[in-house]
Amino acid sequence: MGTQTDVRKMIHDNIVNNRNRVDKLVPRILFLAALVSVVTTLGIVATLIFDSVKFFQMVPFSQVFSTELAPLRAENPTFGILPLINGTVFSSLIAMAVAGPVGLTAAIYLSQFASERVRNTLKPIMEILAGIPTIVYGFFAYSFVTPILMKLIPDLGAKNVLSPGLVMGVMIIPIVASLSEDAMNSVPKTISEGALGLGSTKFEVAVKVVLPAAISGILASFVLGISRAIGETMIVTIASGSSKAFTYDITQSMQTMTSYIVEFTSGDAGTGTAGYYSLYAVGLILLLFTLVMNLFAQYISHRFREEY
Amino acid sequence: MENQMKIAAKGAMASRKRENLHFSINRSNISKRVRRNNFYRVLFSLSTVFAIGMLMILLYQVWIDSVGWLTPGFLTRNLSIFPEKAGIHGAILGTVYLMLVVIPVTILLGVATAIYLEEYATKGRIAAFIRTNITNLASVPSVIFGLLGLAVFGRLLGLGSSILAGGLTLSLLVLPIVVVAAQEALRAVPGFLREGSYAMGASKWTTIWRVVLPVALPGVLTGGILAVSRAIGETAPLVVLGIPTLIMRIPKSLGDDFTALPIQIYYWTLDTVLTREYANLAAATIVVLLIVLFMMNSVAIVIRNKYQRRF
Repeated sequence: MGTQTDVRKMIHDNIVNNRNRVDKLVPRILFLAALVSVVTTLGIVATLIFDSVKFFQMVPFSQVFSTELAPLRAENPTFGILPLINGTVFSSLIAMAVAGPVGLTAAIYLSQFASERVRNTLKPIMEILAGIPTIVYGFFAYSFVTPILMKLIPDLGAKNVLSPGLVMGVMIIPIVASLSEDAMNSVPKTISEGALGLGSTKFEVAVKVVLPAAISGILASFVLGISRAIGETMIVTIASGSSKAFTYDITQSMQTMTSYIVEFTSGDAGTGTAGYYSLYAVGLILLLFTLVMNLFAQYISHRFREEY
Repeated sequence: MENQMKIAAKGAMASRKRENLHFSINRSNISKRVRRNNFYRVLFSLSTVFAIGMLMILLYQVWIDSVGWLTPGFLTRNLSIFPEKAGIHGAILGTVYLMLVVIPVTILLGVATAIYLEEYATKGRIAAFIRTNITNLASVPSVIFGLLGLAVFGRLLGLGSSILAGGLTLSLLVLPIVVVAAQEALRAVPGFLREGSYAMGASKWTTIWRVVLPVALPGVLTGGILAVSRAIGETAPLVVLGIPTLIMRIPKSLGDDFTALPIQIYYWTLDTVLTREYANLAAATIVVLLIVLFMMNSVAIVIRNKYQRRF
């Protein structure tokens, strides 16, 4: 009997509590918290656009889209963004030249060939790569990879885009690998087992059956990898240097959009100068680049998805 | 009848012939195909080996560079212009203070956002908008968060390059990680627990606070730890905020200027041009940073495996 009355009392108490205002107030407070992320986005867009507008008022368009970049020149500084875009594109392409093939084949191995035990051991170790802070990769690129590359390529500069590109590729491998693996794992087992049953080897199943079926997810993983490379900052800042020349020579220093931002904020750009506002203009273009890449990845994975 | 049977027999024979033909073609190829299969299995496994090998080389290299420099004195001394006298006491404190800002802010905001999205606004345009927004926020490069921090916390609110400015910037950066993890944890709480609570007459908030959240706590904590370990290693936003190069003073309050472990690694790596010894300092700091991250991730894994309740 005692327990029964306890339960009745609890129900009664709960109903009384229900009359509290708490339940009406809580969703509003939670909503405000949820708004913070929206406000953050708006804040990012607003600050970037606000200060970029000032930049474009000071510097003519024709100059912005030129290869002349000399922001620190005392007289008549120029702000051409093409060298930065060039550096960003080159470092990202080098990174993807590593992360694309290695990540994809690692994903094929893990999802098609490896036994469950091997997969469960190797995968977490590979994921550690993605958890290491990028500053550590920057150190690694500058003080280990660059000296080795210098022995192989005599003309290589102490700061060059090749070394950070390669290291960035290593960093992106687990991203490409795990997204591609997810895509391949979502291909129904019946299809690949059917192909195996017809006498295909595992390699044939992987390349002729699973790969075409998972192609949308794989392409999306590549695009997300590129987007990650574009936004990557510390590796290129440390190892690629700050040369503002417009060049296609990957053995030399190139500056990316991200490392331009870092260099300029550390270099005491006074408020109100074109140099200070150029930070935000570069930031805005960088944001547009990554945004387009992410939307593109979403589009690919929806547009070319095979439905089963 | 007979004709039909003959035709059927003929057809069967013909198809058997085709099969034989097919079989013989396959057999002539089969060892080649198996060999090719084995070749690619080894080749593809090498990709995994390559990635893990690079990880090993990286860790080994950092360790080798730090040997002899990672002494107790290195942890307790403060910065110095002489490499052999330099220590990271201030940087460690700076990172700890940063996390004192990041942990409460991200956990509170992240969990509240997740509860709102999962328990209150599961449908509707606003919720969908917030969800898309969080996904997109997660893919914004960290250096852009630095620009936001510089413009809003640094200049607009006048926090400069203080611990508070840095901590708030990092909080916003890792917020999506906590939100997504907490959402998953809340979603994994079985419906019958909620229904049981409602059946007892409990209100929605009582149910969430007393029933759903305790069950989801391990998942929430795991996500929180992962987010904080991401924040600890972030360098770019702090550099953009304009953390000064050489801070000799130990920070005392949240409004003070500071240095942090990743910042110190950055400047020492750049200083390698001056003397090679700075590389040793950077490597020793990296070892400290990686040990901290390793411990945090281990804790996260333990929490996930031990306290995750299954229903």
